[in-house]
Amino acid sequence: MEYEIVIGLEVHSELSTKSKIFCSCTTEFGGEVNTHTCPICTGMPGVLPVLNKKVVEYAVKAGLASNCKIAEYSKQDRKNYFYPDLPKAYQISQYDLPLCYEGYIDIEVDDVQKRIGITRIHIEEDAGKLMHDEWETGSLVDYNRGGVPLIEIVSEPDLRSAQEVKAYLENLKAILEYINVSDCKMQEGSLRADVNLSVRPKGQKEFGTRTEMKNLNSFKAIIRAIEGESARQIEVIKSGGVIVQETRRWDDNKGVSYAMRSKEEAHDYRYFPDPDLMPIVVDEKWKEEIKNSLPELPEARKKRYISEFSLPHYDASILTSSKVLADFFEEAVAKSKNAKAVSNWIMGDLLRILKEKEMEIEEIPFPADYLAKLIELIEKGIISGTIAKKVFVQMFDERKDPGVIVKEKGLEVISDESAISGIILKVLENNPKSIEDYKNGKEKAFGFLVGQVMRETKGKADPKIINKLLKTELDK
Amino acid sequence: MELYDLSVHEMSDLIKSKKISSVELTQVILDRIKKVDGEIGSYITVLEESAIKRAREVQDKIDKGETNSPLAGIPVAFKDNICTEGIKTTCASKMLDNFIPPYNATVSHKLFLEDTVLVGKLNMDEFAMGGSTENSFHKLTKNPWDTKRVPGGSSGGAAASVAAGLAAFALGSDTGGSIRQPASFCGVVGMKPTYGAVSRYGLVAFASSLDQIGPISKNVSDCALILNAITGYDLNDSTSANVNYPDYTKSLQNDVKGLKIGIPKEYITQGINDEVKKAVLDGVKVLENLGAKCEEFSLPITEYAIPAYYLISSAEASSNLARYDGIKYGFRAEKFTDLSDLYRQTRSEGFGTEVKRRIMLGTYALSSGYYDEYYNKALQVRTLIKKGFSDAFEKYDAVLGPTAPTTAYKIGEKSEDPLEMYLGDIYTASVNIAGLPGLSIPCGMDSNNLPIGMQIIGKPFDESTLLRIGYTFEKNTEFHKNRAKI
Repeated sequence: MEYEIVIGLEVHSELSTKSKIFCSCTTEFGGEVNTHTCPICTGMPGVLPVLNKKVVEYAVKAGLASNCKIAEYSKQDRKNYFYPDLPKAYQISQYDLPLCYEGYIDIEVDDVQKRIGITRIHIEEDAGKLMHDEWETGSLVDYNRGGVPLIEIVSEPDLRSAQEVKAYLENLKAILEYINVSDCKMQEGSLRADVNLSVRPKGQKEFGTRTEMKNLNSFKAIIRAIEGESARQIEVIKSGGVIVQETRRWDDNKGVSYAMRSKEEAHDYRYFPDPDLMPIVVDEKWKEEIKNSLPELPEARKKRYISEFSLPHYDASILTSSKVLADFFEEAVAKSKNAKAVSNWIMGDLLRILKEKEMEIEEIPFPADYLAKLIELIEKGIISGTIAKKVFVQMFDERKDPGVIVKEKGLEVISDESAISGIILKVLENNPKSIEDYKNGKEKAFGFLVGQVMRETKGKADPKIINKLLKTELDK
Repeated sequence: MELYDLSVHEMSDLIKSKKISSVELTQVILDRIKKVDGEIGSYITVLEESAIKRAREVQDKIDKGETNSPLAGIPVAFKDNICTEGIKTTCASKMLDNFIPPYNATVSHKLFLEDTVLVGKLNMDEFAMGGSTENSFHKLTKNPWDTKRVPGGSSGGAAASVAAGLAAFALGSDTGGSIRQPASFCGVVGMKPTYGAVSRYGLVAFASSLDQIGPISKNVSDCALILNAITGYDLNDSTSANVNYPDYTKSLQNDVKGLKIGIPKEYITQGINDEVKKAVLDGVKVLENLGAKCEEFSLPITEYAIPAYYLISSAEASSNLARYDGIKYGFRAEKFTDLSDLYRQTRSEGFGTEVKRRIMLGTYALSSGYYDEYYNKALQVRTLIKKGFSDAFEKYDAVLGPTAPTTAYKIGEKSEDPLEMYLGDIYTASVNIAGLPGLSIPCGMDSNNLPIGMQIIGKPFDESTLLRIGYTFEKNTEFHKNRAKI
């Protein structure tokens, strides 16, 4: 029997507001342990939360960018549970009246378009971080992250494969980056996902029993967790077992999941409206203001690249998948006017080198106008395409202006005919056998001789001139 | 009359006219504390050295003419659930016995700016849960009028200290009657302001939607003066009200002519001590004779106020007190096996019986499956109680009745029966539920020479009318001049 995987995601994204959600502490990542804290975010007796207005604005932005409706009236609730990283022993979140609801994001997998429903987006506060000291018996808590604002984006169970999940997450990440509400740095924990997954025989309408895997913090881990957990569930069903509704922990190193707690053991969070906070009201005027402040979103930008720059669909998708990359592309195009060439350099050499060096797009070391300059050097015939590839590598490694690199290393194309013919004569003198071969009709010998000239000139000689002069010389 | 028996106004006049310095006055209060607080037990912390130091600084400002606060140099004390930077704030709990706040409550800061002199921190029921101050981890506080009796609670230390001349005035907190009832038991004036009128920032939360800080003083004029200093919008408290706060001393007028005052029948029929009832009705007559129009009316929802109050306050408390887990500050059990055992042992040992009872009650009320039946139902009752009062205020300028059904009872008399104790909140709790201001003033003495309190309830942010009625009553009666003989 064939099985279908059904997945819903809960994505937590840290908002990039300057200060925390209920106090004025900085949200900056890192910092000495427990230095980005105050009586409020460490839950001292007597303190009160005051909602950061920016958090509401950012969450509404995220909602509008993912086609959500915005609640005119929403409230904040306490989610009660004990854990050392939660200083008040409750998390201020939103329960039954979230800020945004009923939205969607479009994705594309293997050229098939699909709409993924967004159930809701709500705001809440992040917890601190437990640090387990291996040499001591106890653990320590760092509250720097406590009170950093989060949005939780809950999808409908509309996803059917790891590929769809990947596409959804990439689109979501791109949207959040575009609207500048989150830096989405997974390695810093600013984007994390809980995966709700069930399987069912293909064609069956009812959902199977689902499990939840919490706090997956890389795309790769999410994909592997989906593959591992769906295989486990199918195996259980095939061998006559039943899936238990439970929370599982995905061990990405071992590639297996472990049961953490069953539905019966699940926390009763005793949600109730936080009496320390007033209802959140987003009136039509404010909503419109936020709407008008939204930038061009990835989908629109992709369409524009296809029509404005005549880029292939695939290239446009890749370039717009990251705001940083798309901005880099447009900056280079603005200077060089050759969109196709810029796109090719980015799609080819740039992304390849980033991948080889395991660097993020945010880490592109040189400014976009260097790429424009490089393309200009080729267009003006100052350097050859082959040399350009070498200049590119150096430009990447040393963050140097390509013009300077070319000058310093004397990489300009040699188009002085007298200089080239001198080298040709020298090459011919050293290769009498090849001359003979050529004269006997062996075309390969010509290519060999061209190569020798190129070698002598370290690739800088204009190949057209070599061809012309060599031919003249041999045919004498 | 001794110096410590004077009102804030009188003390202030002496200081302003240089007849006495703040240092001398503070020393008088400290000496008085040394002499009688061993018996009364109103203080948890006495700031002997720092109070004198502070009084010197303030006196220096007074001498240089750098302050014109009517409270300058006045020795004051706070209930021990109001945070004071660098000064222990224990909530009368083992859980916070070693807790020194790194910040000041907004009211602490405001009274500091008014150049008052903080003398110490006052005893209370643990986390303000109780009506007799018997639930303190530290000690019992005794009623200055009869030391075999309770001072009321939870602000028992605050009321007893003012009644015994151990502080010129005190700040208490009131969640279901915790300022007004002890004020009534100790024969002093206690005001619970409108919810949102005084910032809760730095008040250790018991029930966030009900808690309110307020003054306990020797008379209504002092109450107005203190309200001027502590009310106001505070950006640090989202529930603080951004409205215009009047000069409350302007409402100190000896005139109630034409004021319409309603007396809820339900407040003077069942469960009320006869002497209390008589004193309150005599009080009503005094006001009537001065031209107020008083009549009885029905406030039918009264009987549901107590259950609604205990559900809402305990539900909020169960969440508010969850942070005392032994991780970050305060008490931590010495022996535990793992994390959940650390929580269990710490909370079992750190909290007293009454606090644990309410945490359990509140946790239950919020649990899935019971939420609608208890917590939600209580919120519905809350809406009805609010409605009952707002209907009444269509007809009346103020509502008047007893503060508590009895006078001060004997220590130990009710401590074994929490339900009996809870019924003592019958006239006060609904005022918190509706978020209204309530003023308790002395209106008589019972046959045991114990003070009786009368409560005046007002429209939201209409403290002025309450002060006006209270002031007029004082000007025409002598009860506020009674002092406990201790």
